[in-house]
Amino acid sequence: MPELQFREAIRAAMVEEMERDEDIFLMGEEVAEYNGAYKVSQGMLDQFGSERVIDTPISELGFAGLGIGAAMNGLRPIIEFMTWNFSFVAFDQVVNNAPNIRYMSGGQFKIPIVFRGPNGAAGQLAATHNNSVESLYSNFPGLKVVCPSNPDDAKGLLKTSIRDDDPVLFLESELMYGMKGEVSDADDYTLPIGTARIAREGDDVTIVAHSKSYWRAMEAAEELAKEGYDAEVIDPRTIKPLDIETIVQSVQKTNRCVVVDESNPFASFASEIAFQIQDQAFDWLDAPLVRVTAPDTPAPYAGNLMDEYMPSAKEVIQAAKRVMYVD
Amino acid sequence: MAKKKTNASKPTVSPEHARHLLHQMLRIRRMEERAAELYTAEKIRGFLHLYIGEEAVAVGVMEAAAEQDAIVATYREHGHALVRGMPARAIMAEMFGKQEGCCRGRGGSMHLFDRTLRIYGGNAIVGGGLPLAVGLGLADALQGRDGVTICFFGEGAVAEGEFHESMNLAELWQLPVLFVCENNLYAMGTALDRSESQTDLTEKAESYKIPSKAVDGMDVLAVEAAARRAMDEVRSGQGPYFLECRTYRFRAHSMFDPELYREKSEVDAWKQRDPIATFFDRMKDHDLLSDADRKALEAEVNEEIDDAVAFAEAGTLEPVDALTRFVYSDAPSGAASNGQPAASPAS
Ligand SMILES: Cc1ncc(C[n+]2csc(CCOP(=O)(O)OP(=O)(O)O)c2C)c(N)n1
Repeated sequence: MPELQFREAIRAAMVEEMERDEDIFLMGEEVAEYNGAYKVSQGMLDQFGSERVIDTPISELGFAGLGIGAAMNGLRPIIEFMTWNFSFVAFDQVVNNAPNIRYMSGGQFKIPIVFRGPNGAAGQLAATHNNSVESLYSNFPGLKVVCPSNPDDAKGLLKTSIRDDDPVLFLESELMYGMKGEVSDADDYTLPIGTARIAREGDDVTIVAHSKSYWRAMEAAEELAKEGYDAEVIDPRTIKPLDIETIVQSVQKTNRCVVVDESNPFASFASEIAFQIQDQAFDWLDAPLVRVTAPDTPAPYAGNLMDEYMPSAKEVIQAAKRVMYVD
Repeated sequence: MAKKKTNASKPTVSPEHARHLLHQMLRIRRMEERAAELYTAEKIRGFLHLYIGEEAVAVGVMEAAAEQDAIVATYREHGHALVRGMPARAIMAEMFGKQEGCCRGRGGSMHLFDRTLRIYGGNAIVGGGLPLAVGLGLADALQGRDGVTICFFGEGAVAEGEFHESMNLAELWQLPVLFVCENNLYAMGTALDRSESQTDLTEKAESYKIPSKAVDGMDVLAVEAAARRAMDEVRSGQGPYFLECRTYRFRAHSMFDPELYREKSEVDAWKQRDPIATFFDRMKDHDLLSDADRKALEAEVNEEIDDAVAFAEAGTLEPVDALTRFVYSDAPSGAASNGQPAASPAS
């Protein structure tokens, strides 16, 4: 299997799907001539031309809505937000039209659209440029939210997202675009939306973590292993639909759970997992679930404050020890 | 034979004022050059957008601003803050993430605020500052104050709905706002004619019945004169005004930009029109400024910026337990960290 950067895996997924299906096009700010603000779409203008790789003005509300209109009228758009922070300018289209039109029309219209771009923290960018949107958007019925942590998952899940007949929000990470990993080049490689991956098996504590947080969880698991604790790490990969069965089964084995998520904690993905676990595995729990998240605070600029702000492997270790009652 | 009136005619400017304008532009230039170095040295982090090449716009417009006026700008706003009166120390310390910075290290390069100077923020969302500016104008109008809000934004923002809603509301309600469009021809890598059906931006203002003017943004005197006329109109209660300053950014969009969207020859041609060099040469031709003046100013500016960098370097980090401070008006440090509302002070 070839080693690809995260950005190359995303590109490979788009390119393969666009080669397969002429109805797919990519649209967004700087995606074509600039080759992508983060070089995800590098070379795609040359390959597909300006009718299928389309630069837009800085008009998020407009091009998000255009994408939905095009999807209602037979095409399968991929809309890139330069970052998900700017999707807030497009909020009405993303949350009112994309998820609701199929339902409101009594199933007459499908909306096969992917909105994608980098999500979450990317260094010291301060509050406006640091939003993690998975909890927010997964609150809207009708949207699917996919959030891969490695290049191979990114490729397989993006291909599936593009083929999906419903709106999928595909959340990437600026800090992970350069990350390398083996990526399947099998013909028609796809991964199903809504299945978690057990990344590391263990009996002592379950750690659920997606995207960047997944890597903090893995670091923590390595450290815990040195101290003799075996953590099971689960990457949910999709936030919605959520593969709660895999998580519940793990908790039934370990009886303890930590969720790591760099989003703000209130009404969050981590809270949702906590609810579902107590709902489905209450009798198996030996400790209350612990969340490791950003604080309920806008993101600061200063480096020391930002380090404190972001979930760290150290905090994950502490949380794991807390639920194991060994600290 | 009547003497041909050209741009080279003697400007009506005193030597003191010429000196002041040059000084202000040099201050921005030097601060930005140092910021670029400090970014490479990883003292300044995050995104950094430099104003080099565009100095005449902020300097010229700010000459027309009075104390009671308000400023709104973008993420490319260090220069605006500086010439509005924010000490270089406070700007530099903010970019270093120190608590001596203008926002205690919370905002960084893209979000400089100063309430006492009526700087209502750099705004890092394209178009995000425009409605705020109209709202600031609304508050001044409703409270019977004669302040004007000056709102700087790039030509890229014209593509956003927020631009259009703001223009309409400002004119509809006759609010005291000076819209200053810094048209540097490129929004990141997108040239204006690839993003706008109407590239004459004053026409857009006119379509909202907002009086407008386009001015050479590389000519600080032209900008100042146009801004003064515009501000007089707005101040006299005639509603908003749209001033387009045609300018050019000499550097990359931010620190990560290979600049493949424009020819080097184009950049070089614009550099021939460097607002600082051309202004100085013209002033020198008319004996309003000398090489010695420039040297002295440069020395003064170097000293100011060196001092600012030393100040930022020596600055202190906010203690991390203050991370949750300023989330709500009544939250004591540490109170709202787990998603619970802060306890009321009485409890
Ligand atoms: C809503 C939004 N979309 C996209 C961006 C990313 N972005 C930052 S600056 C910029 C270009 C803006 O160009 P312009 O308004 O002309 O101002 P300039 O940078 O040239 O000063 C873009 C696309 C953003 N910050 N906000």
